[in-house]
Amino acid sequence: MKVKTIALFAAAVASAAVSGSVLAQAKEQFIGLPSYRVGPYAAGGSGIYGGWIDYMTLVNERDGGINGVKLTWEECETEYNNARGVECYERLKKKGATGNTTFQPLSTGITYSVLDKVAQDKIPMVTIGYGRTDAADGRVFPWVFPMITTYWSQATGMVKYIGQKEGGLDKLKGKKIVYLYHDSAFGKEGIPVLEKQAAKHGFNLKTIPVAHPGNEQQSQWLTIRQERPDWVILWGWGVMNPTALKAAAKTGFPREKMVGVWWSGAEEDTVPAGDAAKGFTAAGFNVAGTNYPVVKAIQDNVYKKNKGNMEDKSRVGSVYYNRGVVHGIITVEAIRVAQEKFGKGKPLTAEQARWGFEHLHIDAKRLKELGAEGFMPDLAITCADHEGSGKVKFQQWDGKAWKVVSDWVDADKDMVRPMIEESAGKYAKEKGITPRDCSKEG
Amino acid sequence: MLYREAGQFKTSYAADQQIFPIRQDRIAIGLILVVAALVVPMVASEYWIKAILIPFLIFSLAALGLNILTGYAGQLSLGSAAFMAVGAFAAYNFMGRIEGMPVLLAFVGGGLSAAAVGILFGLPSLRIKGFYLAVATLAAQFFIVWALTKFGWFSMDSSSGVITAQEIQILGYRFDTPISLYLLVLTIVAVMALAAKNMVRSSVGRAWMAVRDMDVAAEVIGIRIMHTKLLAFAISSFYCGVAGALYAYAYLGTVEPEGFNLDLSFKILFMIIIGGVGSIMGSFLGAAFIVLLPIFLDVLIQDFLTGLLPPSISSNLQLMVFGGLIIFFLIVEPHGLARLWQIGKEKLRLWPFPH
Repeated sequence: MKVKTIALFAAAVASAAVSGSVLAQAKEQFIGLPSYRVGPYAAGGSGIYGGWIDYMTLVNERDGGINGVKLTWEECETEYNNARGVECYERLKKKGATGNTTFQPLSTGITYSVLDKVAQDKIPMVTIGYGRTDAADGRVFPWVFPMITTYWSQATGMVKYIGQKEGGLDKLKGKKIVYLYHDSAFGKEGIPVLEKQAAKHGFNLKTIPVAHPGNEQQSQWLTIRQERPDWVILWGWGVMNPTALKAAAKTGFPREKMVGVWWSGAEEDTVPAGDAAKGFTAAGFNVAGTNYPVVKAIQDNVYKKNKGNMEDKSRVGSVYYNRGVVHGIITVEAIRVAQEKFGKGKPLTAEQARWGFEHLHIDAKRLKELGAEGFMPDLAITCADHEGSGKVKFQQWDGKAWKVVSDWVDADKDMVRPMIEESAGKYAKEKGITPRDCSKEG
Repeated sequence: MLYREAGQFKTSYAADQQIFPIRQDRIAIGLILVVAALVVPMVASEYWIKAILIPFLIFSLAALGLNILTGYAGQLSLGSAAFMAVGAFAAYNFMGRIEGMPVLLAFVGGGLSAAAVGILFGLPSLRIKGFYLAVATLAAQFFIVWALTKFGWFSMDSSSGVITAQEIQILGYRFDTPISLYLLVLTIVAVMALAAKNMVRSSVGRAWMAVRDMDVAAEVIGIRIMHTKLLAFAISSFYCGVAGALYAYAYLGTVEPEGFNLDLSFKILFMIIIGGVGSIMGSFLGAAFIVLLPIFLDVLIQDFLTGLLPPSISSNLQLMVFGGLIIFFLIVEPHGLARLWQIGKEKLRLWPFPH
């Protein structure tokens, strides 16, 4: 009896494997999703991957795929753990008819862990708003795309926004800004560029670390009270954000004078802080809300047919969800661009998809066609510049929802770009990489 | 049947004291090593080698290190991941700062650095015991990760504290293919496991076990407590340090201090609890259980249950099943998988006459 069950199970496994490989022969483009839906960062993971999957479902349902090539995907649970992320990377690598198209782990740790592997395996890695900053130098990192904006660009954008609020960047002279950061590689990322900004604009910078996870910030806010800064930049992650907002309220520091990084600017960061979050402003490369044609299209074509990925439908239109839609748009558009070069309606290899990412150009007109005007910034990736935009928008929490309070704010590219090139050059030297000559790239 | 020992007579002290006194065991170990070294590289896919076997071996080594300390010497530690971090960062610094440093020597250097740090954080063990010691080693865990993030010197001033391993080259041969890396890791792990097995059979190991079972009694019969405990810390940390260096060099390539966090320490502790406290083989079984089972569950769920269940439930289901299995095994055999195997072996040796 027992043997029989085992034999039946084995047969089932075998047949599933066979049928899987038959299906893969169809006109399909496979995208491996190293998602995380459990653990402390599950809110971000489920929102972003949910939005991304919904956008791909929309493309399949409404347009019948990209020029007839249907998108397929498979999730792999990383638990935000580097070792599991590497396992997912290896597992997803060979799936689908043409292999995994792109790898986007939504974790800086996993990004570092597979950085060398993607170049060997020729799979483009797109890290939107996280990951290794100096990878924006595409000459040294041909396979990595830290798109839209890096932490360094964003930090300069925040200074610019603060300058605007003060009535001009020249007014920053003599002002005091506190940089309250998550004490990790992620948190320290902002310091070098802010120090340079402080020297350039003449403001005082005071950096205050918060130990992970950041649910204890009394001493930090005591220091802030003594320092009496004009602004606080909150570079937080997870539970650190609502704690900071509550502590600010207790200390009496005006929330209007606090500017957050994009990992501090989601509903999950402000709602737990309750009223204390009111007035808090955060940067973001996408905005919240359902009031955009692309989100409406998802609601009409995906959720009305009951094919949506989000269990909690009220999260459609949240910051994380919309960020997932941005991931979807960028991935789909890159595949479209690559198809134009390598054959419309044909599944692409990852190497061909990389060409698409490198020649991705989403201008204002294309954004309008996609229904994403004002939803995300315009984007132009080149061989040398894998960042492509550097713009952020600022949103303010009004107690119930995020409201856009600025236009797209440009980064201080004159300062950031040389820093990126210097850091990438150092990496190239260490690893013995000869940077590509971009004038020779097609 | 399998374990019939009839006719195996031990006629010399050497035969009586060998590591595997039963011939079948010797054959089995030999076969496993031959399969691992010759057959696996030929048949296993890149995915199996890179994503499953290499991490399995590295975590086995780390678990082995903790097992020496916790299982044999009885000192509970929650700092294994930090000692791995010391090993990884020290090896990186040896390679980066000393021109022409041989990589194996750098691994040893990483291990020795971890051993030195281990002795330092082992000092409290002379005064405090049990759970209190666990809390003291917890300090090591947090302090080391903090120090590696805080001081740029350790990561040779990389902008965010992240290190990228240099390439591995031994005698002019470059280890860059998955198979070569796998064989390198396998060799190191096999040699170190053999060393550990011999260590615990020798006077050192007996001293550890005496201290574990009752330190006052051990002191009375003339075992130097301080020496024994610190030696356990040093050797355990050495093993963890080498595992950490391999983790950086042969597995991930690029590591950040945050990767060696408390979660990893707990994972290694769970490995030895599930595998078997105080057993070399248990370290391997435990590593297999903790590293491979979640992956197996994820594959199973992604292949068969996608679409049937909402995604968040299928992800959480893995954790539930995994947790359930841990509880199941701990109830069935609180002494771990190694004990389960031992019982099975005893039964086989007596079969078919159990009395």
